[in-house]
Amino acid sequence: MSERLAVRKTYKLFIGGAFPRSESGRSYVVSSSKGEFLANASKASRKDAREAVAAARKAFPGWSAATAYNRGQILYRVAEMLEGRRGQFVSELVDADGVGVRKAGELVDAAVDRLVWYAGWSDKIGAIRGSANPVAGPYFNLSSTEPTGVVAVVAPQEAPLLGLVSVIAPVIVTGNTCVVVASERAPLPSITLAEVLATSDLPGGVVNILTGSAAEVAPWLAGHMDVNAVDLTGADAELAVTCEEAAAENLKRVLRPPSVKADWLADPGTERMTAFLETKTVWHPIGT
Amino acid sequence: MVSLESFGLVGDAGAVSTTTAPLAEVAASNSTLRAFLHGLPGVDRVGADARAAMLGTRSIKTTAKKQAIDLAIRMVDLTTLEGADTPGKVKAMCAKAVHPDPTDSSVPSVAAVCVYPDLVATAVQALGSSGVKVASVATAFPSGRSSLEVKVADTVLAVAAGAAEIDMVIDRGAFLAGDYLTVFEQIAAVKAACGSAHLKVILETGELSTYDNVRRASWLAMIAGADFIKTSTGKVSPAATLPVTLVMLEAVRDYLRTAGRKVGVKPAGGIRTTKDAIKYLVLVNETAGPDWLDPDWFRLGASSLLNDLLMQRQKMATGRYAGPDYFTLD
Repeated sequence: MSERLAVRKTYKLFIGGAFPRSESGRSYVVSSSKGEFLANASKASRKDAREAVAAARKAFPGWSAATAYNRGQILYRVAEMLEGRRGQFVSELVDADGVGVRKAGELVDAAVDRLVWYAGWSDKIGAIRGSANPVAGPYFNLSSTEPTGVVAVVAPQEAPLLGLVSVIAPVIVTGNTCVVVASERAPLPSITLAEVLATSDLPGGVVNILTGSAAEVAPWLAGHMDVNAVDLTGADAELAVTCEEAAAENLKRVLRPPSVKADWLADPGTERMTAFLETKTVWHPIGT
Repeated sequence: MVSLESFGLVGDAGAVSTTTAPLAEVAASNSTLRAFLHGLPGVDRVGADARAAMLGTRSIKTTAKKQAIDLAIRMVDLTTLEGADTPGKVKAMCAKAVHPDPTDSSVPSVAAVCVYPDLVATAVQALGSSGVKVASVATAFPSGRSSLEVKVADTVLAVAAGAAEIDMVIDRGAFLAGDYLTVFEQIAAVKAACGSAHLKVILETGELSTYDNVRRASWLAMIAGADFIKTSTGKVSPAATLPVTLVMLEAVRDYLRTAGRKVGVKPAGGIRTTKDAIKYLVLVNETAGPDWLDPDWFRLGASSLLNDLLMQRQKMATGRYAGPDYFTLD
């Protein structure tokens, strides 16, 4: 009997809960840290970005109206699924980053823990960002948080799994939906993460992942009038300026890239969640 | 009676060639009408579907796309046919019909607004001398299930209120039962009641089940005096489709050759995106010819399509994708 041929995975995009190829038909070669061929990944075009924004917009009403408890459960479910694929992510990180198996295992564990940590925040973020305001009049004055809307995220180029999880989770846990441009150098863990998301009860369209050139796709997202905020964490200085200028047209919220190199293993704090929240304040008469 | 031998197959999905028989004789009785309509060559369903799909793949870009978008805007019959329509909603829609994008004066007005008869007066007043026409559905829209007297009265009401175009529905029950003469006489009676108003005849192709029936209904409507043939009410699914519109465009092309009178076509319902609209324009150009690429001869019945056309237009003008937050809801 002849030797069996391995069945290799086709890495595609993740849009609206489905895995389409790029509309442009383009792909690019992804290499390991040692320069060996790993796979061909889809190279997303601006039209894929447009489709992804439409999918994220469609998913927004349902996801933002879901209860915080429900969103937290789903994020916890994502963590469960990620844990179940630990071995697969470890080998992908070893290939992509050239780290040892032990270090890769720590990074995957940290990504799982990061999801659980953010899952817990789903019904607590209101407690630290909402308030009962003292006002000079016979009113209850209450401020509560609401999600911003569709957020375009440029994921960090380094830390292809932990960094990616650390930018997606805080955006969606509060009820936003997102379009993520994955690390150009190491996009394969992002598509494997998409397989995790697709099997975690996360409604299609809440997270959309594009692989390819951030410099090509991100300015289209930043200029898109139906995108409400951009997270430029993974953009280089030049791209960040271009995107911020494009984002000014409809006054998008912008999260600038970190000024010092991010340490993704450190305690993330709540900044990434609060960056994409709006505050709604209600005046309610007390009566006499 | 018109002999079948005078017809031959030409062109795409089976078309009718010139005939010398006077079409007036055709409607002498139900049997002559039946013989004529059933004598029309059958439509090759697979061929029509394939040709429509093939034409749908044409790539229209840059300046051609700009022209197509503006032409499509000029062809829109902006429609609201809901039980919940109010005078306020119709006035808002009329304002949008005249200036589809208030921030950009280079956007042309649409062809017409289409409303129920009781709101025609409101629309006429709101549109004033803007040049946008008022179309009204009539004849017991959308089912068409009423007596001829009621249908004619419905038409007279709309015309008296100032409607320049009447969209009537045919009696699909009678058509499917083979009672072609009833359908013919109703169309002729409504046409007479229209006076100077243009008559669009809605075939409701979603209920006619076969392309052969679409071709027969198209010819029946044209012989009875229709100025336009329209696919659907928008209340039945499927509404307008490319192959059905292809069959109707072939019918108007052949009718012009046969009878020497030009009839317009209006697909309505289910056309929501600019891409769809441009596919229809390609279909018109390749089937009936560029003579039909004019709001006088081709219309798009739609409501949500206009916003997508405006968003595409803005995308081409500004180079950034437009969002629905910046256009009026409808």
